[in-house]
Amino acid sequence: MTHPAIDVQRLVKRYGRTTAVDDLSLVVEAGTVLGLLGPNGAGKTTTVECLEGYRRPDSGVVRVLGLDPGRDAAALRPRVGVMLQTGGVYPGVRPEEMLRHLARLHSSPLPVEPLIEALGLDACRRTPYRRLSGGEQQRLSLAMALVGRPELVLLDEPTAGLDPQARHAVWDVVRQLRHDGVTVLVTTHLMDEAERLCDRVVVVDAGRVVADGSPAELTSAGAENTLRFSAPVGLDVSSLEAALPEGVVVTEDAPGAYRVLGPLDPRLLATVTTWCAAHDVMPEGFSLERRTLEDVFLELTGRALR
Amino acid sequence: MSGASTGSDVGRLLPDLSSAPGAASWSRMVRSQAALEVRLLVRNGEQLLLTVVIPTVLLVLASSVGVVDLGGSHGMTRRIDVVTPGIFGLAVMSTAFTGLAIATGFERRYGVLKRLGASPLPRSGLLAAKALAVLVVETAQVLLLSGVALALGWAPRGSWVALGAAVALLVLGTAAFAALGLLMAGTLKAEVTLAAANLVYLLLLVGGGVLVPLERLPDAVAAGLSLLPSAALGEGLRQALAGQGVAWAALAVLLAWAVGAGALTAKLFRWE
Repeated sequence: MTHPAIDVQRLVKRYGRTTAVDDLSLVVEAGTVLGLLGPNGAGKTTTVECLEGYRRPDSGVVRVLGLDPGRDAAALRPRVGVMLQTGGVYPGVRPEEMLRHLARLHSSPLPVEPLIEALGLDACRRTPYRRLSGGEQQRLSLAMALVGRPELVLLDEPTAGLDPQARHAVWDVVRQLRHDGVTVLVTTHLMDEAERLCDRVVVVDAGRVVADGSPAELTSAGAENTLRFSAPVGLDVSSLEAALPEGVVVTEDAPGAYRVLGPLDPRLLATVTTWCAAHDVMPEGFSLERRTLEDVFLELTGRALR
Repeated sequence: MSGASTGSDVGRLLPDLSSAPGAASWSRMVRSQAALEVRLLVRNGEQLLLTVVIPTVLLVLASSVGVVDLGGSHGMTRRIDVVTPGIFGLAVMSTAFTGLAIATGFERRYGVLKRLGASPLPRSGLLAAKALAVLVVETAQVLLLSGVALALGWAPRGSWVALGAAVALLVLGTAAFAALGLLMAGTLKAEVTLAAANLVYLLLLVGGGVLVPLERLPDAVAAGLSLLPSAALGEGLRQALAGQGVAWAALAVLLAWAVGAGALTAKLFRWE
């Protein structure tokens, strides 16, 4: 197939006077994992709900597996696995019962037993949903998205409120999906999650795309990267700066703690060590710092809490 | 089909997740959904109280002790013969109206309807499954209550025609009350539905003509009440099971309620 798994062009969705999604475009190639990253209220869930067919766009074009989620819902439903952010399960139903039921709605579902074991639902398989812990509820919700063997999986905040172990279990599932050729779109506001899991990250803020690329591209593009080392107090930083390419800044942050700020490459590193050799200085604790996705995210979306 | 684990590089025991999408057949989906709804209902204590305990207790009380004097109806004078048809009507109301409304209201509130909307089960299938689940529960109710009534000396009159008329009344009554229950569940908040569905049930039980024969009431009041689905169901069943023929007027009233409420529900029901 030639079309991408998800193709959103100029999507606009308003609720009354609020514009939740404002001219958003994104493409997810088949077999890849895309992270939709953004602060709370950025429009992530609304975008996903347009993909799921729950919401009709006010304008723009949404195509999922080449189909229109509104018009072709019946054809799409068996092919797309959905994990809602909250709820979606009968309070009195048991995890095993719910999974077996959903399996029976599909033509060639996953065997339920291995899924229950892999997602750690064995101990609570007969416990009513309302008595499950938050993590167990999330993992059941994830299993529900997988059991029909979909081509595309939409996960809305799959690790929200999970302990580290449960988060790793979710990450393993996403990696396995990718390994097995299933396309995944995952929304999150956790940078490390996006950095670990995703082939591509789309950062949204206030309903707009503010960045789009691989985690490596986003963290290195135009990055002011940092080299730190310690050495005797009182080195002549302006002399070092003069040896380096223009625009690179050297500072002594604390006595004996030096910082070189600029685009890092092997040549710059060599220049620093050559300068040190010429001045008979032994630099210690050499460390390179790259921007994390979190830094990028905060720069793009602002530091204000919302 | 490859069922073996291929994700050794992942290091967990996940099954092969490669895609093989497709919906099951419509009838298989509906049967599975209906079976799930029946299981959930049977496990729910409050629902069982409503659908089984209350009708059974009322049947036993009203037929043996003179708690309320129901008088005669359609030529039947024994208490048990007057009470039993009304109890069948009450059973229909408890399952098709109150039980269905409360369950559906909370399914809507907890996002179950939303989540099922993303599954291969279409809305027509969900409605069919709910109808099927209601009919299964009602069949069990009628069998149980018939057994109790017969043990208490119930002696229905009439032929197979009467039985056919009774079944038609039960089915049309189910359609009318289910449409009303879904109308409530699809437009009101879950808590409001819970309260209102119980209150309406109680009001119809006391004054809706389902248990108390309209013959006991002044003509003007009876004429008004006979237009209620509860009275149509109760009176129609009393007439049929007294061997006094098919209650066409009652069937017409129930049909009108089913069509009217059904149309309104189709227009106003909100899934989220």
